Amino acid sequence: MNTFLQRCYFALFGLFLAMPLIVVAGVSVNEKQTLAFPPQGFSLSWYGEIFANPEWRSALIASLTLAALSAALALIIALPLAWFLWRRHAPWANVFQLLGIAPFTLPPVITALGFLTFWATTGFYGQPATAVISHAIFFVTLPLVTLSLGFSSIDRSLVEAAATMGADDRTVFRTVVLPLIRPYLVSGYAFAFVLSLNEYIVAYMTVGFTLETLPIKIFNALRYGYTPTMASVTILFVVVAATIFGLVARFGDLPKLLGAMSSRE
Amino acid sequence: MRREPPQKLADYGPLVFPAGMLIVFFVVPFATMIAVSFFRRDPAGFYTPDFVFDNYARFLSLFFGKVLGFSLFLAIAVAICCVVLAVPFTYLLARTRRKTQVLWLVALLSVLSLSEVIIGFAWSTLFSRTAGITNLFVALGLMSEAVALNPSFGAVLTAMVYQALPYTVLVLYPALVRLDPTLTEAARTLGASPLRAFFTVVVPALRNTILATLIMVFIFALGSYLLPQILGRPQHWTLSVLITDQAIYQSNMPFAAAMAVFLVLVTLALVALTVYAGRKGEAA
Repeated sequence: MNTFLQRCYFALFGLFLAMPLIVVAGVSVNEKQTLAFPPQGFSLSWYGEIFANPEWRSALIASLTLAALSAALALIIALPLAWFLWRRHAPWANVFQLLGIAPFTLPPVITALGFLTFWATTGFYGQPATAVISHAIFFVTLPLVTLSLGFSSIDRSLVEAAATMGADDRTVFRTVVLPLIRPYLVSGYAFAFVLSLNEYIVAYMTVGFTLETLPIKIFNALRYGYTPTMASVTILFVVVAATIFGLVARFGDLPKLLGAMSSRE
Repeated sequence: MRREPPQKLADYGPLVFPAGMLIVFFVVPFATMIAVSFFRRDPAGFYTPDFVFDNYARFLSLFFGKVLGFSLFLAIAVAICCVVLAVPFTYLLARTRRKTQVLWLVALLSVLSLSEVIIGFAWSTLFSRTAGITNLFVALGLMSEAVALNPSFGAVLTAMVYQALPYTVLVLYPALVRLDPTLTEAARTLGASPLRAFFTVVVPALRNTILATLIMVFIFALGSYLLPQILGRPQHWTLSVLITDQAIYQSNMPFAAAMAVFLVLVTLALVALTVYAGRKGEAA
């Protein structure tokens, strides 16, 4: 009885999360350019359209490039910071951890407006590189959190052993620390990548008038009417996100990454 | 290896790049925004440097008061809906097999990472007349003909709950996984039904966590800027929408900046409250 109720609740919860996506998936396979559900006819041509139509293709490429570069930059910012905070005893340096978490905690429109005023004042407004830097700062929280978690799970006696055998900091980092935190590096990159791919407001306020990323393209398309390509892109995004998080779960410890201690600890 | 304070100047080396990046590209833009909030608007360009309080004085209008009031009300409504739905769910999820948990976490993360544009589009489809959920009701004989359900307040609220629900579950998840299972076992042994045990033991034990989660979801919902535009009428626009509108379409950056600074103050006050609630929770 109890487990039955629980199953029902889980099912309803899942249905609520899946319902909009099911309808969009249905809409995306309509044969003609109509917004109809259940779909009339079956066609995958709207998925082809993402790659065939030059506008959608360039938006896809812009989004992938932005996500790949900004996630990499976020990682490069987060790694030395997380390492320093773990290696050294310097309480004042925690200020930088706070700064790394702040952009993500505040309502995004604030961070976005900060970037807009900054790039407009410095005269770089509209250049593609500004979006990469803005996204890297906006999402630096994610690799910072996963890496801090990664470092805190390292057994310090391992590092001590290496140091006793004469390894200097650099060698210890390369041969002991780096292999141990690799899963956290990968998941930090993955989180930042997926979120950057989906981000709208920061991209819009920095390069909205010069570069169309996919979310910007979808929003612009939404204002000028409906095209089934919006539906197929949506499903593509869901599949990409689910695949990436699925891989993170497959090769890492997802419950632990999300803050749960593993049962053995 | 012990953690030692940095001794040589070179020990600070790793800090240089991250600190520099965060200062130049976060602290400075933030300061710029605060400065701009005191500038005057320049209809031809972005702004002219000045020191006026005009942008803040505009808050004292009835229109602004209404928008602020609605934004806060909407965010509170979203936070309450999400916490009420998510607490029992997360509690049950934390007690399932690890494999089930991972599956749900992947699904929740996938929905959470979805762009607001995509969520708005998906719900506007679900609420539409031609492809929407009302067609299902018609097929089931519950309604006589399909109707469009948006733009409406209900549409905005539903989509915002959808957007914030995975976030709520993930915020609650760590606390609920760590919850001592013997608590409920003791209640059950003493003869309480599962529901009674949940409401009289689990919920009180998590009071501070729930309060902190409410505030975090509230802040998250305050940041929603596209859903009210896509699914609501102009009277459903929130402060975030207004800021974007002023900055981009009315090209009044000083006023937008002043509103953003105000929003930061509201948010910071709430974060302080969260930290306070968390501290109290740890002490208890």
